Amino acid sequence: MKWTINGHVREAEVDFRTSLLDLLREHFQLSGTKKGCNQGACGACTVLLDGQRINACLALAVQVQGRDIMTVEGLAEGDALHPIQAAFVEHDGFQCGYCTPGQICSAVGLAEEFERGLPSAVTKDLVASDIEPSHDELRERMSGNLCRCGAYNGIVAAVADSLGREVRR
Amino acid sequence: MRAFDYHQAVDSGQAVEQAVRRDGAKYLGGGTNLVDLMRETVERPEMLIDVTALSRDIDETDAGGLMIGAGVTNAAVAGDARVRLRYPLLSRAILTGASAQIRNMATVGGNLLQRTRCAYFYDVAASCNKREPGAGCDAREGFNRYHAILGASSSCVATHPSDMCVALAALDARVHLLGPEGERELAFNDLHREPGERPELETELRPEELITAVELPPLPMAVRSEYRKVRDRASYAFALVSVASMVELDSNTEDETIADVRLALGGVATKPWRAWQAEAVLRGQPATEETLAAAADAELAVAEPLSGNAFKIELARRVMIAELSQRIVDARKGGES
Ligand SMILES: Cc1cc2nc3c(=O)[nH]c(=O)nc-3n(C[C@H](O)[C@H](O)[C@H](O)COP(=O)(O)OP(=O)(O)OC[C@H]3O[C@@H](n4cnc5c(N)ncnc54)[C@H](O)[C@@H]3O)c2cc1C
Ligand code: FES
Ligand code: FES
Repeated sequence: MKWTINGHVREAEVDFRTSLLDLLREHFQLSGTKKGCNQGACGACTVLLDGQRINACLALAVQVQGRDIMTVEGLAEGDALHPIQAAFVEHDGFQCGYCTPGQICSAVGLAEEFERGLPSAVTKDLVASDIEPSHDELRERMSGNLCRCGAYNGIVAAVADSLGREVRR
Repeated sequence: MRAFDYHQAVDSGQAVEQAVRRDGAKYLGGGTNLVDLMRETVERPEMLIDVTALSRDIDETDAGGLMIGAGVTNAAVAGDARVRLRYPLLSRAILTGASAQIRNMATVGGNLLQRTRCAYFYDVAASCNKREPGAGCDAREGFNRYHAILGASSSCVATHPSDMCVALAALDARVHLLGPEGERELAFNDLHREPGERPELETELRPEELITAVELPPLPMAVRSEYRKVRDRASYAFALVSVASMVELDSNTEDETIADVRLALGGVATKPWRAWQAEAVLRGQPATEETLAAAADAELAVAEPLSGNAFKIELARRVMIAELSQRIVDARKGGES
């Protein structure tokens, strides 16, 4: 089986039961992606599949063969942090850091969804394409990522900053 | 998790053929429910037939509705410009469900056939008639805050967890199927079964039948449809009560009356619950608070509370009335413009 992971083609023969999360962590030693609940409930395992955020714990490695996978390890360019990573540092978007790789990958996916004009559950006018990334919008759109330390204020500030807008409460 | 074989289907016909050939085969959508249940050994398929590459389009129908392929992701349905404009309750229902990550993975077919989130169904050490026919039901006397007040039986009180399905129930959607005997269609509201004595039988699907598409009929009043979900936290939680609704007013009569209405409930019933009783009370009647209250009461007349969920009766009543009132206000505005 083959996957493109962080821009590199990687190969491995794995049992069909292997999740994408275990493939990354156990077979390719990419341990940045975290295992929290292993059942889709926490978002610690969030990665980007062909640019879209998903939970790696619920995806079977075999099912995403041939696809493009980006993990937190693939975001920085050399020593230059991805803007969202830099924003997390600047705004204290973490305490223990366990949820952070998932939060950051999720925020990258969120930014792309905003660019495409996609609505969320709290978007009043579902037909609008220019949606203001308000505090409520960001909280709702990041709700798939839990943080046990409760660093949510820093996380929302970091995501807002990286989207290049001030968040209105 | 038990070992299984994996096959990526290239077309629907071949998927069905594969399923017929192998005992214990199951179709695999996004896997967000099935993989989870396999990990808990609640599901033990011997083969997974991956159908996510099939039917990934949303097309206009000749009738003026939309045909949504079973492999389209939940996120793609919710984000589709035509769905947002013509069937906003469907976008809203999907967007209130799960998380962005899960909606990017989950498919339409999988959402329809997702299993209940009843904790006793998930826990293989507990008694559950749905998981193991005849074993008994631990939910009846257990933690049943999330369980059904409508459509339940002495053998099962588990709710159908889907938000998307509540919107589809209100929209009179149709489900397109392909099986060993060929194609057929089912009204969405006939797809899911109430548990009765056989809670393990959840749908009217025949063995090896594959869902190929969900069809939305044209429904002009759906432009002003909405979906409201009430839950224990503001996001990323299943519904305690949810309401899908739309209303058409007739303002030509002396009293403003309700010309047409669609109402469906989630979080309270064993299947996506079309509120037929309430609709019957509403149609043709004056658009007043009394009518709305009578309709909600008619729907809930047969509601049966469990030890931990009696609050749902009053909650469902209030949310139904509030939502219908709001739809009436919206319809008045719509009528002026
Ligand atoms: C943490 C968490 C929170 C969630 N919260 C919500 C929520 O708030 N609201 C909500 O509505 N849902 C919620 N969900 C459930 C989610 O919507 C479902 O898991 C998802 O829709 C299932 O789709 P899937 O494609 O991943 O299905 P799969 O898991 O792949 O399959 C589910 C079932 O459908 C069958 N199947 C799949 N495709 C077909 C087909 N084409 N024909 C025939 N059979 C098929 C499979 O065999 C399997 O039995 C949540 C899930 C998780 C994990
Ligand atoms: S580990 Fe995947 S969502 Fe928690
Ligand atoms: S920073 Fe500790 S869990 Fe989020």
